[in-house]
Amino acid sequence: MLRDAALVAGKDLRIELRSRVALNQVVPFAAAVVLLFGLALGPDRSVLAPAAAGLFWIAVLLSALLATQRSFAVESADGARDGLRLSGLDPAGIFLGKVGAVVAELLVLEVLLAFGVAVLYGAHLAGALVLLGSCLAASIGLGAVGIVYGAVASGLRVRETLLPLLILPVAAPVLLGATKAWDEALRGTPSHALGWLSLLAVFAVVYVAIGVVAFGPLLEDA
Amino acid sequence: MPSLRSRLVTLVGWLALVGVIATVWLGLFVTPDAVGFPDGLVRLLYVHPPMAWVAFVAYGMAFLSSLLYLWPRTRDMRFDRLAGASAEVGVVFTGLTLVTGSLWGRPTWGVWWTWDPLLTTTALLFVLYLGYLALRRVPGDPEAVAGRSAIAALIAFVDVPVVYFSVSWWRSLHQAPTVDFTGRHLYVHGSMAWTMLLGFVSFTLAYAWMTARRYRLASLAVQQEDEGLAHAIAERRAEGRVLV
Repeated sequence: MLRDAALVAGKDLRIELRSRVALNQVVPFAAAVVLLFGLALGPDRSVLAPAAAGLFWIAVLLSALLATQRSFAVESADGARDGLRLSGLDPAGIFLGKVGAVVAELLVLEVLLAFGVAVLYGAHLAGALVLLGSCLAASIGLGAVGIVYGAVASGLRVRETLLPLLILPVAAPVLLGATKAWDEALRGTPSHALGWLSLLAVFAVVYVAIGVVAFGPLLEDA
Repeated sequence: MPSLRSRLVTLVGWLALVGVIATVWLGLFVTPDAVGFPDGLVRLLYVHPPMAWVAFVAYGMAFLSSLLYLWPRTRDMRFDRLAGASAEVGVVFTGLTLVTGSLWGRPTWGVWWTWDPLLTTTALLFVLYLGYLALRRVPGDPEAVAGRSAIAALIAFVDVPVVYFSVSWWRSLHQAPTVDFTGRHLYVHGSMAWTMLLGFVSFTLAYAWMTARRYRLASLAVQQEDEGLAHAIAERRAEGRVLV
């Protein structure tokens, strides 16, 4: 299963490296969102800095929507999904691989965005361990939910409009947990973030488990 | 001669109607007004909690039937239709819960909305199940639609406790709640308690009736589709015969 996961993740990441869609479209999109938040809230740093964690995670959430859509868009051309289905790979492995690729993309994006937030909003990045831990747990949770729902909506003509509606309400706990964890870290009290980190971890575990079980039937139905 | 089942559904419908009318009459004219609350506001007590209760029952039912659909031994399109019917009624009652809750909030707390865990969870639930219904409405192979809808219902239901837990934690760590839920004690007694109980019973009956009707409608839609197809095939065949 894990070998299959590595294969699929490697394939997805190789596609991203070669096509540069994530780099040329998703990252600039996230940058635009961060800039627009600055315009919406005004140039006052005393407003922006306390809100930095929340704005950062909203930008990540919106970008995660694009990343998951992209993850299934690469399977839709040339009957690639049928190829995947006929490949004999373990469905759970395919699921984990796709989640892994999205998580890797999100982590890169989060590092870039964190610098953007630090520079533009004047947020003081502190508590690196908590910041990284919450990024990892939140990305896994977002990736798992995104890939399950991506499979649910794959092949539907209304996919682009339906997927955000499905993912955003479910991802609310991730937004909440990650924002609070970052808040505590940026405020210099990273030890208070442990509860939120465990919430993120529980969320990630629950949805990875659901995905591992549900992905096989979903792939058959699609 | 209508079947036993449809007569039962009709009976439930009439009972629900009588029950709701009785609740309204008791709630508005018979029960006493509560001291310390804005004029007559306490009468929302007879409709608001039953609505919220029905919404949760409906989602629970949708979850159970989705689970039964996904379980290979009990896989049956009827469970899929039941899940869809129940979730649809649930969304209606969630909307009503939010509206009546807002009506309660404005005079008592001075705000239409507060980020209370229960309220926030209910609002997220509303959006969550709107998404589920939107997914159901996407046309496709019936089995595929049923399968993906069931999984979506599962994810949505699992999300509810996580959302509630995280939001209540968020609120408790933050500043003290802006509204005081416990300050004024409401003593429910005598006719008030009976009216409230009647509200719960009659709204639950209304839920059962609406879900049964919605389920029947879905079954009829499937039947119509099948018959339409058979009819079209017969028509084409008849055309062929004329030519020969």
